[in-house]
Amino acid sequence: MKAFVKETSTVVAVPGVNCDTDQIIPGRFLKADRAQGYGQFLFHDIRRNEAGELDPAFPLNREGAERSTILLVEDNFGCGSSREGAVYALVDHGIRAVIGPSFGDIFFNNALKNGLVPVRLPAEHCDELADYLARFPDAEVTVDLENSELVLPGNLGRYPIVIDAFARECILQGLDEIEMTFTYMEKIKAFETERMASHAWLAR
Amino acid sequence: MAHMNAPRTMLAKIWDEHEILRHPSGPSLLYIDRDMIHEGSFHAFADLKRRGLKPRRPKQIFGVADHYVPTLGRTSKDAASPAIARMIDTFDENMEWGGVRHFGLSSRSQGIVHVVAPEQGITLPGLTIVCSDSHTSTQGALGAIAFGIGQSENAHVLATQAIWQLRPKTMRVTINGTLGQGVTAKDVMLALIAKIGAAGAGGHAIEFAGQVVRDMSIEGRLTLCNMSIEAAARFGMVAPDETTFAYVRGRNFAPNEQEWDAAVNHWRQLVSDDDAVFDREVVLEGADIPPMVTWGTSPEDAVSIEGRVPDPSTFDNADKRKAAIKSLEYMELAPGTELSGLKLDKVFIGSCTNSRIEDLRAAAAILKGRKAKIQAIVVPGSTQVKEQAEAEGIAAIFREAGFEWRDSGCSMCAAMNGDVVGPGERCASTSNRNFVGRQGPGARTHLVSPAMAAAAAITGCLTDVRRV
Repeated sequence: MKAFVKETSTVVAVPGVNCDTDQIIPGRFLKADRAQGYGQFLFHDIRRNEAGELDPAFPLNREGAERSTILLVEDNFGCGSSREGAVYALVDHGIRAVIGPSFGDIFFNNALKNGLVPVRLPAEHCDELADYLARFPDAEVTVDLENSELVLPGNLGRYPIVIDAFARECILQGLDEIEMTFTYMEKIKAFETERMASHAWLAR
Repeated sequence: MAHMNAPRTMLAKIWDEHEILRHPSGPSLLYIDRDMIHEGSFHAFADLKRRGLKPRRPKQIFGVADHYVPTLGRTSKDAASPAIARMIDTFDENMEWGGVRHFGLSSRSQGIVHVVAPEQGITLPGLTIVCSDSHTSTQGALGAIAFGIGQSENAHVLATQAIWQLRPKTMRVTINGTLGQGVTAKDVMLALIAKIGAAGAGGHAIEFAGQVVRDMSIEGRLTLCNMSIEAAARFGMVAPDETTFAYVRGRNFAPNEQEWDAAVNHWRQLVSDDDAVFDREVVLEGADIPPMVTWGTSPEDAVSIEGRVPDPSTFDNADKRKAAIKSLEYMELAPGTELSGLKLDKVFIGSCTNSRIEDLRAAAAILKGRKAKIQAIVVPGSTQVKEQAEAEGIAAIFREAGFEWRDSGCSMCAAMNGDVVGPGERCASTSNRNFVGRQGPGARTHLVSPAMAAAAAITGCLTDVRRV
């Protein structure tokens, strides 16, 4: 996992409440190997017209959008399927942080495992930011994970980034979680031995 | 420790029993009793191989091919495309490589993972169960903590048999009284999601309670918990009771008769204490719930079948207004349109929400002696459900009504195996998601119960099941 410390970028606002993971990446692209790069499938069906061409009206297709590494989204972003492909598509496209009022729980976890920072910001502040970006599309936002702070442009202020301390530490260091859990293996095994004594049928 | 004597919820009790340790910074390292995997797991297996690891506890891992399997034919050669066939073959290869017991296409135990796991006794009260599928919440119906994970977390579980998790908050959904005629668990869930919203239970585990739930069969409870993810809940759960014990007894991977009494005694202690406190409470009156149908592109866009497509301009929230306008454009529906009578192109009965034997019985009861006016397919949730339905004569009723009787799999719910609703086509579906493009690019989905789907098939339009 790529470590995340601090990121400053222009922002692309992707509209729509309850943007589900089927929108982020349609199911038919999930057969691809990760090595192919999932970025090409990001928002595939809502980003392209029926002929498969990029729709210039979709925010991510606007000129300059390719430089943005931060997305602004609406409520319940990433709901629906647990497919980690949704996060792969964002990450492979170059997105490093997603700011929104709330996220699907599984999406939120998947993001953290891939170095993508989901920032929860109350809806009214998301709206203020969206309005500001509509007027100043070149405005930059800083996601400062090291100081747990979201720095908005103009006079929009600073807000705390709330991610539990454990996940924050992992992502700040780009920690390999499996390697880290292996350091607790004696505890896992001791727990397991006890559990199997009373639940022998579990490992039959 | 004094807090151990404080009243606890079922979630807290099962969680505490599985907590190996709590990290000083918050999350628990939870022991995972069982990990269910399907074809999407190829990312997790690639990760294991890259690290030179193998599944640590293969006997506690179970594989089922479901998302990509053909429903016309039972080999990967019958798959809709070579790329889809490769997903099925890769899955079999990974299962062999990892020494994981699996129910491949040729197995009589194959089916949709969330149908197979309860059926086989893999899902049991008091367990922690994960699966890289959001509808793992289904399995909480038997009194387990069961939740969906991504492939990174799946690799972690395969390698360690544990997972780092923050304990969710708790929400009790109490459904009082009894349900009206023609009203099912599916309608209860659509009514709940319409009430609290698709983000309504975010960060919470739902415990379903009340007379309606106590009276409900295991099939109905599985449907409730299945769709708790559509309200953004982390899990859905129902307290284990006599109905649960009767259901799991004697199943393949359940405790045997010598172990049974001790297991049941333990399971009885897992129910929430009378005075346990939940972070949120939601109450529905069973008698107030009508047969439901969705009009939009989120499960929260649900109303009574006697209702009309709402007028977005009457919504008080600007985001909801915008979303509804977009939804109606996609669904090609005008505000004020009566839902009953809306013409359909297809009917799909299946998915981990509604493909169990009771669902098929409910649909067949409506179909008996009648004919479908539009294309309709039934995809049983498992090969066992299929065989049982054939033995009971249900398959014959479907066939005589003009339904296609298929082999089991996720089929037209996930639309990954080639079974799709065509662009612009309108489908009454017993699945769980009416998302844009979910059943195929341009597909328009109306979520309904199995009985409602059967009624729709015979009239060719959305229909109040109480009137057929």
